[in-house]
Formats: sequence, C-alpha cells, structure tokens
Amino acid sequence: MSHHLVEVKDLHYKYPDGTSALRGVSFRITHGEAVAIIGANGAGKSTLLLQLNGCLLPQAGTVRIGDLPLNRKTLLHVRRTVGMVFQDPDDQLFMPLVHDDVAFGPLNLGLPVEEVEARVESALATVGASHLKDRPPYRLSGGEKRAVAIASVLSMSPSILVMDEPTAALDPKTRRHLIQLLKTFNHTLIIATHDLDLVLDLCSRAIVFKEGLIVADGPTLEILQNQELLDSSSLEKPLRLQGCPVCQAGSGLSG
Amino acid sequence: MGKIESALLNIGYLETLSYQQTPLHRLDPRAKLLTTLVFIVAVVSCGKYDITGLIPFIIYPVVLIAVGNLPPGYLARKILLAAPFAFFIGIFNPLLDRAVLVQLGPVGISGGWVSFASIMLRFVLTVSAALILIAGTGLNAVCLALEKMGAPRSFVMQILFLYRYIFVLTDEALRLVRARALRSFQGRGMGFKVFSYMIGQLLLRTLDRAHRIHLAMLSRGFEGKIHLVRPLHLRSRDVAFFLGWSTLFVLMRWYNIPHLLGNAAAGLIR
Repeated sequence: MSHHLVEVKDLHYKYPDGTSALRGVSFRITHGEAVAIIGANGAGKSTLLLQLNGCLLPQAGTVRIGDLPLNRKTLLHVRRTVGMVFQDPDDQLFMPLVHDDVAFGPLNLGLPVEEVEARVESALATVGASHLKDRPPYRLSGGEKRAVAIASVLSMSPSILVMDEPTAALDPKTRRHLIQLLKTFNHTLIIATHDLDLVLDLCSRAIVFKEGLIVADGPTLEILQNQELLDSSSLEKPLRLQGCPVCQAGSGLSG
Repeated sequence: MGKIESALLNIGYLETLSYQQTPLHRLDPRAKLLTTLVFIVAVVSCGKYDITGLIPFIIYPVVLIAVGNLPPGYLARKILLAAPFAFFIGIFNPLLDRAVLVQLGPVGISGGWVSFASIMLRFVLTVSAALILIAGTGLNAVCLALEKMGAPRSFVMQILFLYRYIFVLTDEALRLVRARALRSFQGRGMGFKVFSYMIGQLLLRTLDRAHRIHLAMLSRGFEGKIHLVRPLHLRSRDVAFFLGWSTLFVLMRWYNIPHLLGNAAAGLIR
C-alpha cells in the first residue's frame, strides 16, 4: 500500500512577502498512521498542509506522495490521493446544493454519473448527512457544514486525509461526534490542530512545529507530557492530562 | 444596519418559499422560465398608451400565487422595493406629454398620465412574474434551466456563485459594521473615512476568500469546468403549462379583451 506514504524531505517555503514559513522540514508518514501537526500560530502548520496536495509547490526540497514526487506533472494524481479538508467549510462548500458539492470532485475525475451518485450517497452516509443532500450549504449549521465538507472529500476516495483544524468552531457534542467518526477511518490521517485533547484521542504520533522547523516528532503521549517542549512551543498539556481542580479540592476536603 | 440584515433574511425567505411542494413547484423549471419570458415579452410589447389591454394579464400572477401557495403581501412589499426605479422612468411623461387623450366627464386625462400608468402597470406585472418565478422555482433551479437551454456556462456560474456567497459576504460586512458601531461614540468613528477603510478591508477579505475557494476547488480536481448533474424531465404537464399560458398571452396581446367585452355588452344593450 505504498500510495498511502507521505514523505517530506528538507522542505523550504517562503511567501512572496518574505515570510519564511518552512525552513527545512523532513518527515515520513506511513500507511494508516494518524499524525497530528501541532505548534503555535504561525509555526508553519497550514503552509505545510497546503504543500501536501500541491496548493503550494516546494521551493526547495521534495514532497513524495506514494510513489510519486509532487510536481506539476503529478499534481492531478496527487490531488486524487490526498483529500484536503479546509478550515472554513464556507470556503470548501461552494456549490448550490450539498449534493452538487459532494459530486464536484468525482465529476472532475471524469467518473460516470451512476458511479458519482453511488459515491455521493456513500460519502454522505459515512458522515451521517444523507438527509442534507438537497439543502443549500449556507443553510446548514456549523457541524453539518463540517460533516458535508468531509463528505465532499471522501467522495473522491482519497488514501490520505489532510485536515486543517477540524474541530474549530464546533460545539462539544458535535466535536465528539467528529472524533468518533474520524476514529472509524482507516485512511492515513494528517491533522493540524490546536485541540490537543483531540490529538490525544486520535493520533498516535505528533509532530511539533516551531518557526518553520520541526522541534519534536514522536509518540503523542510522550510529547504531550514533555512540559519543557510544550512550554517552548507555545503549547499546553491537554486538559485531561492536567490535574482536575475540582477533584483535587474534593480530595483535600475529605482527606 | 438592521435594514440590510432584514433585507437579506427576506431573500432567504424567497428561497424558503421555493422549497414548497405545490403543483407550481413541481413543474419543470424550464417550462416556468420560458412561460415567464413569453409573459414579459407580451406585456412589454403592449402599446405606449395601453392600459385596458394590460389588465387581463393580471390573471397570470394571481393564478400562480394561488396555485403556488405564495404570500401576496410579501411579494407586494418586494415589488414596492423596486418601484422607485419605474416611478422615475415614468414620472416625466405627464410633464412632457400634455395632450388630452381621455375625456372622463369634465376631467381630461393627458397622454402623459396614461402612459405613466401604463409603465407602472407593466412594471408591476413583469416584476411580480419574475418574483413568482424565483419563489416558485428557486434560483438554483432557474440557473440550471438557463444552463440546459444553452445560456453561456460562465454566466450561469457567475450567478450561482454570487447567490452562494452573498450571504457569506453580508455576514462579513455586518461583522465589520457591528465592530465599528460598538466602538463609535457620539458620531465619532462613523465618518466617511472609516467607511472607506472598511470597504477596502472587505475587498481584501473577499479576495482572500476567493483565493481559498479556488484552492479548495483545485484540491478536488477542478480544471476549469464545473459539472452539474441534475436530471430534468420535461413531462406533458410542463409542455401543457407552457403552451397553455403562452397561447393565452398571445391572444391577450392580439385582442384587447376588455374592449371586446365592452363592445359585446354595448351590442347586447342596444
């Protein structure tokens, strides 16, 4: 299953305004891994994600998706392999109806109409949004929009799912549903997020970014307990790993 | 600012109306679009001083509002909103055209007033037909019909995108306006200069969003062509709807029905 592989070598990217967003990043993600990209605002997480499906092309270094190096010639193939869920669903859902939006990718792949319909049905069913099929996207709630945005990517059957802040602006219950949903996927998952509790639930591995460089890459539990590392990268222990003030006060009273 | 907000909510309401299931809503959008076009052409092509000839056309909006379960009061308010345009087109006619055309007892009505009334009547008829088309079909379906009937694809896509993002754009504008209002006191901060900054800000945000949308499209294999698959089936009732109304419009355009009725009545009395 080598097409599930993501390999980045010494990647550099500088924006036209002079900001160095990535300054030599290397890592390798293998089939079925769930990896979190974490770090402060402006550490280069989003830039990295845009590199992974060729929205931006590397200025130095290489990105390999599966067996192919990412360049202009392989762009279409790479985009079929890597499904990208953007942070703001309003950016991703641009078609008049939910159905059209989920069908957008498969139709661009040139699939026959019956196949497209089957994929739309199954993608919407996967995220539990079949009943929204004929609604316009701007009439949906935040959680529904997020679900449909994910379906619009799933319908292309990507091997790798890349998500930017999937739980941003979701209420706690919707967030929990989303986490449960993502747990059922056996895609390679790459998630950039500030939601470290989500990381704890979903990702076995975490990569910490700081000022365009990788400062740590390893098992999530180890990284999220390294207080020094978290402090220096503007992060904080997930709430569940912090002492609970209420319980502590309670035990103080009884004891 | 509440005005913009409620105006947009109203657009949303027009969309809500189009979700109903009535015989009108179930018709093929192409049939409704074509019928509306024939109606508009028939109404607009009436003579400059024609009023009596226009009156029978009222039957079309009345019947559709009844069949489509549309709220007449809401539609009337929408028509009123656009009325100033027609009003200012027609208002100079009474000043320029003072020749007396109709003598009602002692009162002479000039040709200008007659043509002004005719313009307003035509305006009400055509705008209500267009509103009924949207409320009874939905803008998306109208666009689909346009596309199927060979309107340029890029044009149709422009309308669809405009309609999709007008809500997002006004949300963004509203947030800016609210943020300003909350930190402006005694008129300070509400001036034109700040307003121009806000417009600039909105433009930049819009460009950013357009860029992100484009990236999202590229990520899903967009290569310059948007495909829409939605099956449309033209059934006999759609054809009947179109042919029936069109025939009626043509008849009403060619024969002045109130005139004929009047003559017939006069003949009976004699």
